[in-house]
Amino acid sequence: MAEKTYDWAAIAKNPKFVELHHKKTAFLFGWWIFSTVYYFLLPIGAAYAPGLFKIQVLGHVNFGYLFALSQFFVSWGIAIYYAHVANKDFDRLTRELVSELH
Amino acid sequence: MKRLFVAIGCALCLSVAAYAAEPAKAPAAPDAKAAVAAPAATPAASAVAAPGDAAKPAAAPAAAPAKKKEIKADKTITITMFAIIIAITMGIVVWAAKHTKTAADFYAAGGGITGTQNGWAIAGDYMSAASFLGISGLISLYGYDGFMYSVGWLVAYITVLLIVAEPCRNAGKYTLGDILSFRTEPKPVRAVAALSTVTVATFYLTAQMVGAGKLMQLLIGIPYKTAIIGVGILMVGYVVFGGMTATTWVQIIKAALLMSGAFLLSILVMAKAGFNPIGFFDEIVNNPAIQDYTSKLVLKDGIILNGLDAGQRFIEPGLFLKAPLDQISLGMALVMGTAGMPHILMRFFTVPTAQAARKSVIIAMFLIGGFYILTTLLGFGAAIHLTPQGIKAVDAGGNMATMMLAQKMGADISPIIGDIFLAFLCAVAFATILAVVSGLVLSASAAIAHDIYVNVVKDGHADQHEQVMAARITSLVVGAVGIVIGILAENQNVAVLVALAFAVAASGNLPVVVMSLFWKKFNTAGVIAGLLVGTIAAIGLLMVSPNMTYPKAVAAGAKKTIEALEKKQAALPAGAVLEEKDAKALEKAQKTYDANKDGSSMVGLDKPIFPLKNPGIVSIPLGFLAAILGTLAFPSRKSEEMWDEIYVRQNTGIGMAKAIDH
Repeated sequence: MAEKTYDWAAIAKNPKFVELHHKKTAFLFGWWIFSTVYYFLLPIGAAYAPGLFKIQVLGHVNFGYLFALSQFFVSWGIAIYYAHVANKDFDRLTRELVSELH
Repeated sequence: MKRLFVAIGCALCLSVAAYAAEPAKAPAAPDAKAAVAAPAATPAASAVAAPGDAAKPAAAPAAAPAKKKEIKADKTITITMFAIIIAITMGIVVWAAKHTKTAADFYAAGGGITGTQNGWAIAGDYMSAASFLGISGLISLYGYDGFMYSVGWLVAYITVLLIVAEPCRNAGKYTLGDILSFRTEPKPVRAVAALSTVTVATFYLTAQMVGAGKLMQLLIGIPYKTAIIGVGILMVGYVVFGGMTATTWVQIIKAALLMSGAFLLSILVMAKAGFNPIGFFDEIVNNPAIQDYTSKLVLKDGIILNGLDAGQRFIEPGLFLKAPLDQISLGMALVMGTAGMPHILMRFFTVPTAQAARKSVIIAMFLIGGFYILTTLLGFGAAIHLTPQGIKAVDAGGNMATMMLAQKMGADISPIIGDIFLAFLCAVAFATILAVVSGLVLSASAAIAHDIYVNVVKDGHADQHEQVMAARITSLVVGAVGIVIGILAENQNVAVLVALAFAVAASGNLPVVVMSLFWKKFNTAGVIAGLLVGTIAAIGLLMVSPNMTYPKAVAAGAKKTIEALEKKQAALPAGAVLEEKDAKALEKAQKTYDANKDGSSMVGLDKPIFPLKNPGIVSIPLGFLAAILGTLAFPSRKSEEMWDEIYVRQNTGIGMAKAIDH
């Protein structure tokens, strides 16, 4: 297959690409840091705030259990939110950029 | 999807037929002869006992209310199910072999896997027998801490989703070496990347093989070596003939079997609790066996708890994970290491676009997360219905909890169903092992054949036929080596090997992958420094950690036993001798003491230098630091000039046709 050659430096300066990569970087690293901090609250909390984790919320179900369970839903939430933003924003910007090049 | 369920249905029907054909076969006798206590693949298992020591006559009745000391699957049903799985997967291999003509077919299934298929395959690739059996076992024995332990395995996928999946799809081809060598000196970088991939794959593969051998031994009484050789031959067969296509479908089938097994069992458990989650927790807290067990457990820490308080304690943290820093260190290894695991990275080269890669991670996250939530029900369900004491009597690490629960829940309906359900879960465990080891063999072979042979030895000049041949021969060799290591490593600690694989992936691979994709100045020196320092730091710290055996500490333990027994003897009236049991214990302790008193650990230490079992908290920052320092010490203009290209590529997928062109 004959390969199309691109002027990578020019694409990198294209305002569409600059917008894409600014939005993406902020989103990806921001949410990664959030999810990581949220996750490490679990082992840290279990070790240093056992009193909080023992509080019974629903019948015998305690805060610690609900917090651990929430980790799953937070992870899924971030995943779905990311898919939503990526499908709507990032993919659109990419498509516009690619069509500009052809 | 439909064919999978048809296959499962067939498996069940045929097993019923097989059972009916042999009505004389009695279900497992309650007064079993031997207590088998060889811990299998579990993060909790400390040292793996030799089967010789483990198979002692169960003379002394344990305090446990359950009398049954072993779990025996019905051989006819189980072997029939195994045969069906082997037949289906072999059919796939034959089909896949016809479609595997080029290197892209072999390593990446020609880029023709859909996002949904890849999502199931990632789940199948990732969830090992350790997570399937080990985590539910941990929950059944230590309640809350087992559940907390499982969380990190899902959260790890946020890193995969946000940081590595799509850029790797856009910038890579078949291996880690492809991503790293993009704007660096290809030969040294590929060689080091291949070395690191093989290191990670070897640790993880060894852990899986040892776990597989122990599991088969425990479940259906196949000798350890036979089990390893059998699993090894199948895994080599899948990979050598079917490449990535066959491996992918084996993983998809495994994931479907695993999810349906866990789902069915959870339904049965929840049905007993009237589908009321709050009532389910009441049952845990009010269970007298759990209360008794927990109060004994906390008594070791000098805490007195009884009745409801003890039951409640079971669902509070701190029964098992008592070293927070170690937990955080393990969490770091998981969160960063999963995204650096070569067999996981490789899955993203099988899909055609970044969108498909994204979709596949999200599907995998729902499957994996859903599975771990079900695992809670299984673990607590096992604790309620079988009691922690009963589970511990069968396997000290709790690895048989899910299996025992399946048999119990099924048998409550009808004894035959109990046997069939147990056999089905044995088959799931079998498929689980096959799927994970195949993925590992494929990733190690890709590193050797594609990075080292094709790109370093042959300078990239190899035609498709030669590339596929090289890949097949390498897979055969890697598989054979895997079998040999599996047999030799019988007494290795599986948990340590798993921790090591993740620590190396997190400290060596992840820093350089991230910097390749996101740092303009990153270059050859950075890759090599990061990979080597991260890998060596992780392995080195582990070698001086409390994971290793320290003979002087063992001798000190034996010394205490000797002193206690000698005191007992001194207290006896003159002429009397110790009971036979005590005399034997004294002799054994004396032998242990003599054998260990002058020894030192593998690296010549008397006691650990590094206090944690998980090196990640130190080795990950070291990996990053080495990569940064290496880069700054030896700047490269070429790497900086090519930055625009890789950055545009990884963000947009422009020019990606090249990567999947064949």
